Amino acid sequence: MAFLEISHVSKGYGPPEQRAEVLADLNLAIEEGEFVAIVGYSGAGKTTLMSLLAGLVAPDCGTVKLAGREMQGPGPDRGLVFQNYSLLPWLTVFENVKLAVDQVFADRPEAERIAHTEKFIGMVNLTRARDQRPAELSGGMRQRVSVARTLAMRPKVLLLDEPLSALDALTRATLQDEIARIWQESRTTVVLVTNDPDEAILLADRVVPLTRGPNATLAPGIPIPLARPRDRRLINENPEFKQLRNQVVESLLSAGVKPKTTLTRDLILPDIEPEDISKPWSYFNRRGPLRKGEKREESVEVAP
Amino acid sequence: MSNSTLPTILTAQPAETGKPAAGTPAAAPLPPPAGRTTRDWSRLVKLDWLLLPAVGLAAVVVMWFILSATLSKDLPNPTRTWESSKPYVVEPFSYRGELDQGILRFTWLSLVLVAKGYVIALALGTPLGFLLGLSKMMTKMLDPIIQILRPVSPLAWLPLGMVLFLGAGKQASELAALFTIAICAMWPTVLNTAVGVRAIPQDYLNVAKVLKLSRWKTLTKVMIPATLPYMFTGFRLSLGIAWLVIVAAEMLTGRPGIGGFLWQQYNALVYEQIILCILTIGIVGFILDRLMSVVERRFKTA
Repeated sequence: MAFLEISHVSKGYGPPEQRAEVLADLNLAIEEGEFVAIVGYSGAGKTTLMSLLAGLVAPDCGTVKLAGREMQGPGPDRGLVFQNYSLLPWLTVFENVKLAVDQVFADRPEAERIAHTEKFIGMVNLTRARDQRPAELSGGMRQRVSVARTLAMRPKVLLLDEPLSALDALTRATLQDEIARIWQESRTTVVLVTNDPDEAILLADRVVPLTRGPNATLAPGIPIPLARPRDRRLINENPEFKQLRNQVVESLLSAGVKPKTTLTRDLILPDIEPEDISKPWSYFNRRGPLRKGEKREESVEVAP
Repeated sequence: MSNSTLPTILTAQPAETGKPAAGTPAAAPLPPPAGRTTRDWSRLVKLDWLLLPAVGLAAVVVMWFILSATLSKDLPNPTRTWESSKPYVVEPFSYRGELDQGILRFTWLSLVLVAKGYVIALALGTPLGFLLGLSKMMTKMLDPIIQILRPVSPLAWLPLGMVLFLGAGKQASELAALFTIAICAMWPTVLNTAVGVRAIPQDYLNVAKVLKLSRWKTLTKVMIPATLPYMFTGFRLSLGIAWLVIVAAEMLTGRPGIGGFLWQQYNALVYEQIILCILTIGIVGFILDRLMSVVERRFKTA
């Protein structure tokens, strides 16, 4: 029995007649302490998948199980680091983290909670920015606060939803190393969603490609046997790394080819009836010209 | 002369380099005149926040003189207005009788009444706004009524207030005035709060969900802080309306205050003091608005 298990999960949005299936028949099993990266195109449904794992949205069918129990709604046992940081702008760094700590460890004494908060702010190297508000911080620092807030809840699973996609390349590299270090220290189960194959290979034990949406699904996972800690400077030269990257990209590209779908839509054809001059004209009895709407149906083949 | 050379050099340089693009006047390439004109102009710029309003004010006063001398002979001219208003302005806190007090004393009475009505308006308006923002059903249910009641003038509400508090005896006029202020000033707070609640980013609510905050904590820790900027915009607009209503309320109820004084002097055919009252109402309203916008800016979270 895997620690985190997704079985036959599907999710779509919109009203029944024009429903867009985002995810179809997802299956994934993650072991405790494993670092899994899900790589996919933007718009493939990565954030939807994360929301499912976090419990923010419920799957249409299928189940998500954590430690053998089906999950009901969101909770602090699955710590989600949001793509856009989602810090509360009226609270300082300390208060943002403390809010989570207060909530999760409500039974501990106040002094212990403060110490706990300080510890996690220190873990992401933000002790000096402790009393600043998010607006005064750079993007990288904000994301670190978000990571600290999530880690401080001591979640069973850490869900990283494209945590670095809004950052510049240099900051991203620093934070990738920091995530790797934190994972080495804490060894919690991590699910990272990203659109960068290199980032996935650098950090994860296993890379799972998500095929192109709609009806995205997970391709078979690719284990990453590279030794840790992985050095980003050497890894680019590593033939094994190159081969793995090819494998991931190949999997993403081949999965992108899908059968064409058919779109059916109603058309209203411009059909005008000529004016009948013989009839007398009045406001209530218009003699025309009239526009006769006629519904026709049209089917078009579209590439996914 | 010696201390003017440095700025001349400093200002002349950008004029020379900027010449081809900016299309400066023909005199610009010569350093001394170019430097002098820029300096004179910048000195004027520094003064224009004071100078231009003064020019505008002077123009209005001149118009007032002309108007009172030609078209409207009953309109007191500025000098007469000042002389007749002098006892009220020079001794602003004097008390000579119920309806003959210093201008700031009257203003104070009005402000107290406005403050009471305004507090009632906020106390009712903010929760109502939250209700409307949180529940679609409530919006559908109450929005038409609000849209109908919102444009109703204070002059229309006041008689209803009088009827409502008919049994209150001596207190009736004050209660009616409070009722009118509250019900007229409430709407900006209600609508702005509702908009603010609807505009809370989903991310903040997701944070609350992931942390499993209780309903009360979600409200106090996430929703209210997130709505505060909108709420304060509503509060500011509400205060403006509350001050607007005071004149009407005092006129009709005959309570002592700036509006009551205005109406009484009109009935006593002392037109000079009407102008004094109008100016006072305007200035107080302006100050209130400035104060509120300072408070509002304080709560603008990024």
